[in-house]
Amino acid sequence: MKYIDEYRDKALIMNLVSRISTAANREYKFMEVCGGHTAAIHRFGIPSLLPDYISLISGPGCPVCVTGTDFIDKAVAYSGLEDVIITTFGDLARVPGSSSTLQKQRASGSDIRIVFSSLEALDAARSNPGKKVIFLGIGFETTAPGTAVTVKQAAEEHIDNFFVLSAHKIMPPAMETIAGEGTKLDGFICPGHVAAITGSSMFSFLPEKHNLGCVVAGFEPTDLLHAILMLIEQVNRGEPEVRIQYTRAVTPEGNLVARNNISEVFTLTDAYWRGFGTIPASGLTPGNAYEMFNAENAIPVSIQYHAENRMCICAEILRGLNDPADCPLFAEICSPENPVGACMVSSEGTCNAWYKYKRGR
Amino acid sequence: MIDHITLDHGSGGRQTHELIRNLFVKKFGMPEPLTDSAILRSQGRSYVFTTDAYVVDPLFFPGGDIGKLAVCGTVNDLAVSGAKPEYIACSFIIEEGFPAEHLVKIVDSMAEEALKAGVRIVAGDTKVVGKGKCDKIFITTSGTGILERGREHISTGTRIKPGDKLIINGPPGNHSIAVLGARNNLSFTTPVISDCASLNHLISGVLDRCNEVHFMRDLTRGGLAGVLNELAEMTGKGITIDEASVPVDEPVKGVCEMLGFDPLYLANEGRMLIVAGNDSESEILSVLKSDPLGRESAVIGEITDAKRYSVVLKTAGGGTRILDMPSGVQLPRIC
Repeated sequence: MKYIDEYRDKALIMNLVSRISTAANREYKFMEVCGGHTAAIHRFGIPSLLPDYISLISGPGCPVCVTGTDFIDKAVAYSGLEDVIITTFGDLARVPGSSSTLQKQRASGSDIRIVFSSLEALDAARSNPGKKVIFLGIGFETTAPGTAVTVKQAAEEHIDNFFVLSAHKIMPPAMETIAGEGTKLDGFICPGHVAAITGSSMFSFLPEKHNLGCVVAGFEPTDLLHAILMLIEQVNRGEPEVRIQYTRAVTPEGNLVARNNISEVFTLTDAYWRGFGTIPASGLTPGNAYEMFNAENAIPVSIQYHAENRMCICAEILRGLNDPADCPLFAEICSPENPVGACMVSSEGTCNAWYKYKRGR
Repeated sequence: MIDHITLDHGSGGRQTHELIRNLFVKKFGMPEPLTDSAILRSQGRSYVFTTDAYVVDPLFFPGGDIGKLAVCGTVNDLAVSGAKPEYIACSFIIEEGFPAEHLVKIVDSMAEEALKAGVRIVAGDTKVVGKGKCDKIFITTSGTGILERGREHISTGTRIKPGDKLIINGPPGNHSIAVLGARNNLSFTTPVISDCASLNHLISGVLDRCNEVHFMRDLTRGGLAGVLNELAEMTGKGITIDEASVPVDEPVKGVCEMLGFDPLYLANEGRMLIVAGNDSESEILSVLKSDPLGRESAVIGEITDAKRYSVVLKTAGGGTRILDMPSGVQLPRIC
């Protein structure tokens, strides 16, 4: 298929693999912070192509995985209200809350609808004027503009039964936290689609403040291998910088329209990240002129605090400190059918990718 | 025990298997291994017996409709067991208000497909439920056929050995994508037509000319990946699949890339896997390729002597990874 096959060409892949082997002269450890990268790396069998001394570890790149249990608990609480319709991306439906999942709520009668875009959620609000339609907004800079545009559309049409329960987050503060707490790393494979929105210059603080190389990568096997080669060359030169491998989608300044939409609709708030705790100014909540669309203000619900399963090491996995194989629950108790932690649920989660593509190998 | 049945339990993947094993097999005392058709022995002869329910949405799609599906699905379940399908019974659950014209169209295509496959529809039942109590029409068909001596191993795979080759009779995923396209009004530049077809004549052509078929299974819910994992589990052997040799049609590839599906997991209604023993793969391939339903047949991998069961995919780019049992619903109500 055009624009796909070229990037999966076996000869090109083998050429990159051999250039990587030639260039590598020590151990290297790179972190990817995009769930799409995690899934692609395992789907294409990239680790099986790399020499042992190059390790790829997964960071907090899966939005579902870094979302706290309290978010699911709130959504479950909303789903129990008489006049509420919950609209959500499919991934969230299975994520375990403290006592239930949205999928279980739906099977027992709650009105929960899987949507493919936030605009579909707005359609549900238009066609159900007697109900309150809550959209579960989740994702980084990639999906936040979509939610922002939908909220603006709702405001323009004076739709007063549409609300957003937001778990939207921005990526750089989490990368800053990882770099700052001294996880042993040689560089970041930076998220291609986040960077398409934010621009690659968003990551400049990593080489400048933390001496870490950054390459913004695409999602095909040749993209990922090329990015790894570029990172190795940066490390070897001892000159970390931000470089774009994914030039067909990313520029230094990003998508200005999308960025303006984000800053118009959302305000930056402190946000809870699973595995990291609260990171200041890392969450996006509808604010300013759009505050009435914030579900938490408009329809308050109370939930009880529940501790997460202590055996589950999602937190360490999300910080790149452990692999899924180190978890006592992995594949034995925790599986995609009976997930204990969110990393097993989302198709972008590290545990899910390991389970699907790498289990027992 | 589970509290509620979710859509996942009907996906044909891991949850379906768990439900079948933990409830139906246990309570009914069914014999293992679980195959598409039961083998019944009476007075020195063997028969096969199977049943399947059809709930596809929409009822009409490019390349077929629920009626054609209801006949060829059951014919295929019998045929891949190595049997000659003979008789079919059908039951209809129809929603009040369903257009009679649609029912006639559906029944016409059942009759046409039965004629093509050489089976007779000999018994049936009709129920009508109130508006909103079922979605338009659901059909169940059951079928029987005769299993010739020497073909009992085909559904259980007891003769499978390392080195046996795996063959599929055409590109996977077309049925699922055709139904998805019809359901969501997707338009394709090259139309995607369902692979829905009765495979019994194709199969008897192979079995009549070659004794080395070690296993057959149609690639319905759970797709190729589902059948490969069931096979590996059943035989305790390893399987290696060469991704580059699995034919996938361009429009199917495109939709899969866009929506995040994997063609190896998509349901088919006219595709099957054949395990060919003792260097018989080129002979089988040439028989398959001489039939329009097998023109794009390909050898896609082989049985290995891996110590424990696993399905390994050699990716087109040269890497390796496991090809896991499907889990959860890729696309609901595809058959």
